[in-house]
Amino acid sequence: MCYAVPARVLGLSGNDARVDYGGVVKTVNVSLIEDLAVDDYVLVHAGFAIEKLSRKSAEESLALIAQMMWSGKV
Amino acid sequence: MMEDKRLCYSHLDSIRDTAGKLAGSVTLMEICGGHTNVIMKYGIRKLLPDNVRLISGPGCPVCVASQYDIDCVIELAGRGVPVATYGDMMRVPGSVKSLDGAKAEGGRVFEVYSTTEVIKIREKHPDIIFFGVGFETTSPMSAFLISNDIPVFSVHKLVPPAIKALLAEGAAGITGFIDPGHVSTIIGAKAYRDIKSPQVISGFTPEQVLRSVSILLELIVDCREEVINCYPEAVSEEGNEGALELLASRFKVADSSWRGLGVLPDSGLEVRDEGLDARLIHQDILSGVAEPLKTGCMCGQVLKGLLEPNQCPLYRKECTPTDPKGACMVSEEGGCAIYYRYGK
Repeated sequence: MCYAVPARVLGLSGNDARVDYGGVVKTVNVSLIEDLAVDDYVLVHAGFAIEKLSRKSAEESLALIAQMMWSGKV
Repeated sequence: MMEDKRLCYSHLDSIRDTAGKLAGSVTLMEICGGHTNVIMKYGIRKLLPDNVRLISGPGCPVCVASQYDIDCVIELAGRGVPVATYGDMMRVPGSVKSLDGAKAEGGRVFEVYSTTEVIKIREKHPDIIFFGVGFETTSPMSAFLISNDIPVFSVHKLVPPAIKALLAEGAAGITGFIDPGHVSTIIGAKAYRDIKSPQVISGFTPEQVLRSVSILLELIVDCREEVINCYPEAVSEEGNEGALELLASRFKVADSSWRGLGVLPDSGLEVRDEGLDARLIHQDILSGVAEPLKTGCMCGQVLKGLLEPNQCPLYRKECTPTDPKGACMVSEEGGCAIYYRYGK
């Protein structure tokens, strides 16, 4: 039930956004997210965007985790 | 995809290396039903060394709703109160019937994907209530309805108190936890910082789950009782602060009754505004609902990781997805339904 799916924002209108799940386009509520812009990626759960997916910070952290694992010190 | 496959093999190598350093065997619990699904679908348990055991926890919100609460909502629907809820709740067996059954008998029961639909349903059914089920991922959507003056019957539960309760009970001998990914999107990694156990927050691809298991084993070998966020693309330290504010404005933390775990202190969400709490609005009807009788269903032990689904005497016999006897066989994320789906 807690599953959330990533989607790309196509357009914004008040608390609603049109989002693209890779071909399927739907309207979702984005009132739980601040500073959203077209082309941002969001995680959608039960018709609501619950987070903006932050690519840069994710990539940085993942590189760090990988490095720590390699050195045997998480 | 090829990169993912290469990483999976690399994680499995690390897991084997680290498992070799363990003094004995370890039991890791994945809290979230979404993780159980990935683990069973990709046969991850069979890929792990013999001394690393994965068990499923209470992370299916439909499954942990108490039988009494379910009976209450079915009673309301049967007595003419219009009820909207998520599809997962429709087939959960009550003591006498399910919400689907109440609908077949003429009850006004509406299955929704999103709570935004409930606002439209209210135009024709002004006294609609929402049966709010789910962990922290899902409860903000109920808070949204309360903000729109729609009463909620809350069985919303909180994940960290359940982890603490499982640790305190100690019966399943859990060495470390895989914390849920999307619950953590809302509550943030900080919500687990005071739990004294090695933990990882994980995403939902096989690669992410193996990565998390590998890091969890490192924590265990080093005796570090802390949480590592292995899903940083969707989980921050603080969580979704807007959603947490909305939750706090509409709900208060209260004791809550869990199937299998009993009443856990400060483990659920109660509607703040008494005029929008469906439990209070319909107190007259609900006062007649009896405590349910015990059945042979072992959902409780399954949810605590004490039994595997196929150890329940009803599993695959009286209890199947088409004719479920317990909640764990109903929901897509229930341990029993997942075992059934992947042929265990």
